[in-house]
Amino acid sequence: MTSRIVVTGVGAVTPLGATAADSWQAALKGTSGARTLQNDWAEKYSLPVDFAATVDPAIVGEKLTRVEAKRLDPASQLALISAREAVEDAGSPEVEPERLAVSWATGIGGVWTLLNGWDTLREEGPRRVMPLTVPMLMPNGPAAAIGMAFGARAGVQTLVSACASSTESIGQAYDLLTRGQADMVIAGGAESAVHPFTLAAFSSMKALSRRTDSPETASRPYDVHRDGFVMGEGAGSLVLEREEHAKARGARIYAELAGWGLSNDAYHITAGEPEGRGSARAMSQAIDSAGATPADVRHINAHATSTPVGDVPESVAINNALGGSAADAVVSATKSQTGHLLGGAGAVEAIFTVLALRDRKAPPTINTTTVDEQIELDVVLGQARDLPDGEFVALSNSFGFGGHNAVAAFRTV
Amino acid sequence: MAHTQEEVLAGLAEIINEETGLSADAVEGSKSFTDDLDIDSISMMTIVVNAEKKFGVTIPDDDVKDLVTVQDAVDYIVKASA
Repeated sequence: MTSRIVVTGVGAVTPLGATAADSWQAALKGTSGARTLQNDWAEKYSLPVDFAATVDPAIVGEKLTRVEAKRLDPASQLALISAREAVEDAGSPEVEPERLAVSWATGIGGVWTLLNGWDTLREEGPRRVMPLTVPMLMPNGPAAAIGMAFGARAGVQTLVSACASSTESIGQAYDLLTRGQADMVIAGGAESAVHPFTLAAFSSMKALSRRTDSPETASRPYDVHRDGFVMGEGAGSLVLEREEHAKARGARIYAELAGWGLSNDAYHITAGEPEGRGSARAMSQAIDSAGATPADVRHINAHATSTPVGDVPESVAINNALGGSAADAVVSATKSQTGHLLGGAGAVEAIFTVLALRDRKAPPTINTTTVDEQIELDVVLGQARDLPDGEFVALSNSFGFGGHNAVAAFRTV
Repeated sequence: MAHTQEEVLAGLAEIINEETGLSADAVEGSKSFTDDLDIDSISMMTIVVNAEKKFGVTIPDDDVKDLVTVQDAVDYIVKASA
């Protein structure tokens, strides 16, 4: 029998707070991270959507040195901040560098660096384009920053599958540990792409909520009046290791990463397959690989982004994957608080899932008052809800443009 | 626009501090960029780009390799801006 993989450290920097603990408490309380953008560019470009869920910029100044910040794209900055917190939270373990890996994710990569560099080229010419531009904009930049910071030499990988990215990176970490490639993996994802260009691009495809008069109530997954997602930014990191490794060093264990599932719709570049067959398959795989049954699943942190078309297939998929047990799975959609962190979403939601298991509390889906009749799920509305005692499994679902479906299964300890 | 030796040294020290975190006081004329200040080639190019911008000069890549010490760079920039 293969050994269990456990979560021993978490770290996050999100629109809700500078740490995993602060973000989690804000999510439980039902705080929204969305706000009207105060940047000059929001007005300058007359953006149809001028709000997003952003990370307080002061956090970067407090947690990174000036030189660190200068050499890292904003996505890498958030990645490094969250990874440091997670490793410290895990007890700053001594791990042989050749046994420490990083399994990271981003949806878009260093978009700020890319576009700033392009502006510089056009306005000041090629000579002024900074020499660190390429290492800063490359999608593996955040992973490399973490790898260098901790001397991780067992492998530093980056998974890119849009909004499913950082659930895939957690799954990849599970595989690395299961096959003995590493003794410890720092897994997660980061995104910092709240830029006028991405806001214009997502607006153009009508993916974003237009609720400009009330940003904090704009993200409302499953609600009958949902009208799109809210762009967010942030990063989440989990320290994962085999149970015996964790126990040997006396580590505190939050939860078991019991398994994971992966599939693709191969149906449409952006729309999910209406029957949710791919996402259901990923959920079933996650449950199987966890050695569980649908009846063991009592909590789901849903992908649910608050788009009119996106939320429905997930409901169908949950019902297909869980069958009659779907009614016993308490569903939270925390993008209502955080906005959509794209490549950082899966990691932050996995952390919320892990902390939900620890605290036996499912966070509320805020802003949603009337659940769309096409949604057949037990959605936590209003306030956080207690989860049952005893052993059970929770799923964290992430789906992305490109038909990607990734599901992580966690178990109480 | 012409710059004095002192202006250029102070300006370079500021740029180097921004790029590497080294204290501006540590940036003395006799110091070697690589051996004393531990500045790698990418950081050196960043410093060159910023110095060109600050002092309104051009430092062709072929000349950068001859700038071994901080004083070499100061002299080069003073001459180029004269």
